Amino acid sequence: MDVLIPQLLNGSAQGALLLLAALGLSLTFGQMGVINMAHGEFLMIGAFTAYLVQRVIDSSDVSIPVALPVAFVVAGLFGLLLEVAIIRWMYRRPLDTLLCTVGVSLILQQAALQIFPSQGVPVEKPHWLDGQLNSFGYNWPLRQLFTILLAAFCVATLAAWLKYTSFGRRIRATVHNRDLAETSGISTRTVDRITFFVGSGLAGVAGVAASLIGGTNSQMGTQYIIAAFLVVAAGGIGQLKGTIIAAWAVGVALSCFAYWTTGSLAQVLAFILVIVFLQLRPQGLFTVRTRSLA
Amino acid sequence: MSTTSKRRRALVATGAIATTITLALAGCGARAGDDTSGGGPTAAASCVDTSGSTVKLGFLNSLTGGMAISEKTVSNVLHMAADEINAGGGILGKKIEYVQEDGATDWPTFAEKTEKLLTQDCVAAIFGGWTSSSRKAVKPVVEKLNGLFFYPVQYEGLESSPNIYYTGATTNQQIIPAMDFLASKGVKKLFLAGSDYVFPRTANAIIKLYAAKLGIQIVGEEYVPLDKDDWTSQVAKIVAAKPDFVFNTINGSSNVGFIKAYYDAGLTPAKTPIISVSIAEEEAPAMGHEVTGNYASWNYFQSLKTPTNSKFIQSWKAYPNSSGVTSDPMEAAYISLYLYKSLVEAAGSFDVDAVNAAAKKNTITFDAPEGKVTLDGKNHHISKPGHIGRINADNQFDIVWASDAFIKPDPYLEGYDWFPADIRKQLVGAAG
Repeated sequence: MDVLIPQLLNGSAQGALLLLAALGLSLTFGQMGVINMAHGEFLMIGAFTAYLVQRVIDSSDVSIPVALPVAFVVAGLFGLLLEVAIIRWMYRRPLDTLLCTVGVSLILQQAALQIFPSQGVPVEKPHWLDGQLNSFGYNWPLRQLFTILLAAFCVATLAAWLKYTSFGRRIRATVHNRDLAETSGISTRTVDRITFFVGSGLAGVAGVAASLIGGTNSQMGTQYIIAAFLVVAAGGIGQLKGTIIAAWAVGVALSCFAYWTTGSLAQVLAFILVIVFLQLRPQGLFTVRTRSLA
Repeated sequence: MSTTSKRRRALVATGAIATTITLALAGCGARAGDDTSGGGPTAAASCVDTSGSTVKLGFLNSLTGGMAISEKTVSNVLHMAADEINAGGGILGKKIEYVQEDGATDWPTFAEKTEKLLTQDCVAAIFGGWTSSSRKAVKPVVEKLNGLFFYPVQYEGLESSPNIYYTGATTNQQIIPAMDFLASKGVKKLFLAGSDYVFPRTANAIIKLYAAKLGIQIVGEEYVPLDKDDWTSQVAKIVAAKPDFVFNTINGSSNVGFIKAYYDAGLTPAKTPIISVSIAEEEAPAMGHEVTGNYASWNYFQSLKTPTNSKFIQSWKAYPNSSGVTSDPMEAAYISLYLYKSLVEAAGSFDVDAVNAAAKKNTITFDAPEGKVTLDGKNHHISKPGHIGRINADNQFDIVWASDAFIKPDPYLEGYDWFPADIRKQLVGAAG
């Protein structure tokens, strides 16, 4: 138990970060069928935003809370730009969006390399995240608890927004049946744009969290994108609760495998686990029930 | 939307993942072992033309892709060294005219560009590379075409090519001094943490053998893939193993994740310090205050007090867009051009065979920022001083230990009785 419980927390924190990265993908992929390979770079944009905010506001105690909403907006605007400039020309052609966004991802990486110091930039953690919380006989690193709380807050806000606002209803209608939604007078174009904005913005928030855990550099997005897609596919497309469970399961699996086997083997084993699961249940954990004929 | 279309979408997602993994693998040198000797001209007469007032040199660095993080600075430093040499009259009175090529973090590209530089641009020598995979890709090409390649990064040793000059440390100039330092500190229990590729694995094989000789117990050995930043689970194992010191052979951005997770787990330099071989002045700032107080083993530090070093730092600070920070790989790249200059001037010719013959006389020696270095004509490495530095709050290193004398390069560790011949053979085979 001395090892299992800390590893569960490790895994939950890792899962929380994965969830933040996957939430936006789940939205855009689920609703619009867009495979956005540049999603990892929106995460990178969020992390660099945290750095830039820190340049303006010297104290990291203040700058990180400020950076979270700013990163949401900045990454969201980049997402909106991508949607308006490129993605909207290729709806219903998922493989074309895949190729195109791989290109966009490379361009954004190189741009970051040109603009920022190539070795990466420091993002200082707030002092109130320094150290550990001693309780129940264990030491809980505060940063891990913060990542989990941040993910929980984002999920709750997103779920409430989807459930209780009229805009959320329009999004859900579009996910269920795009044609019928359009016939009912919903502007699916506007819905798509807002969804893309919110989805990319969430990647920006994930980026701020990631900047406190690992390096902030032009390559950082690449390590999250594959795992995030796996989480979305395993959770069931367009399903919030599926994404949550899948992210947590993959995070815990990764950290437990990493502890009881090796760091390299853990990646392999976690991927095998997801692939076997998808073989048995190709539709993922949950599916949208619908009566549409499409 | 029906279940069928959901299922199709899931399939598309799986396809997307597969494509990404393939793309990623292709970038990671899955093809690094490709035979590059097919096609192209054979070692015909060199087309290098130095009859005019210039000499052409090739710079081969990854300016795009993942390794650009490190190799961009090396490229800048090479340009600066070339400008400096030109301002001083050039090499044998000929100005350097350089051709910059992008290796694009793709090892077959390194091989192709090497061939292009030698056969189409007709350069007299090539400078660059960073990863061992890039060097291994360049090696067969320069050997076949009888070109020259200058490699500026510390590496795992066990190599010496007649067509390559190595200006970074081999293992007995970085790893072994670090172990001597640990022994002098009375370390009894050591934990090994590294990235999962050839350098850390070879380095750790050597560390384990030497540790046995020094009476240091290895209490754990952990690897994480190069492109992963998350070290929390491995750090949990370090906490459980309670070592006196951690030997860190992690490379790249993964170091940032390691240092942050280490700090979060409550491990401190006061109680369990880390000694690294890939964290230098350039890397330290990205880790913030969490890295302060830990150690690194290098030959060169910006804080070294030599006249050549002050000049080097001054030129670099004046260089456009420079950070003002110098590091060991930058210094090794800087001196690689000066090493070439000394070789050519000793040979009185740009001809490869004449240059190699000049090297064999073992008389090449010059003032480098790290001190007065001497080329070993047999294995093409240079003698270096061993230094251990401690990271201070300004991300500079306070030098806390230095080797007694300059360490002669011994890439095959032939002068160390604790390194058995069969393991050497096995490691050379594995690195081959």
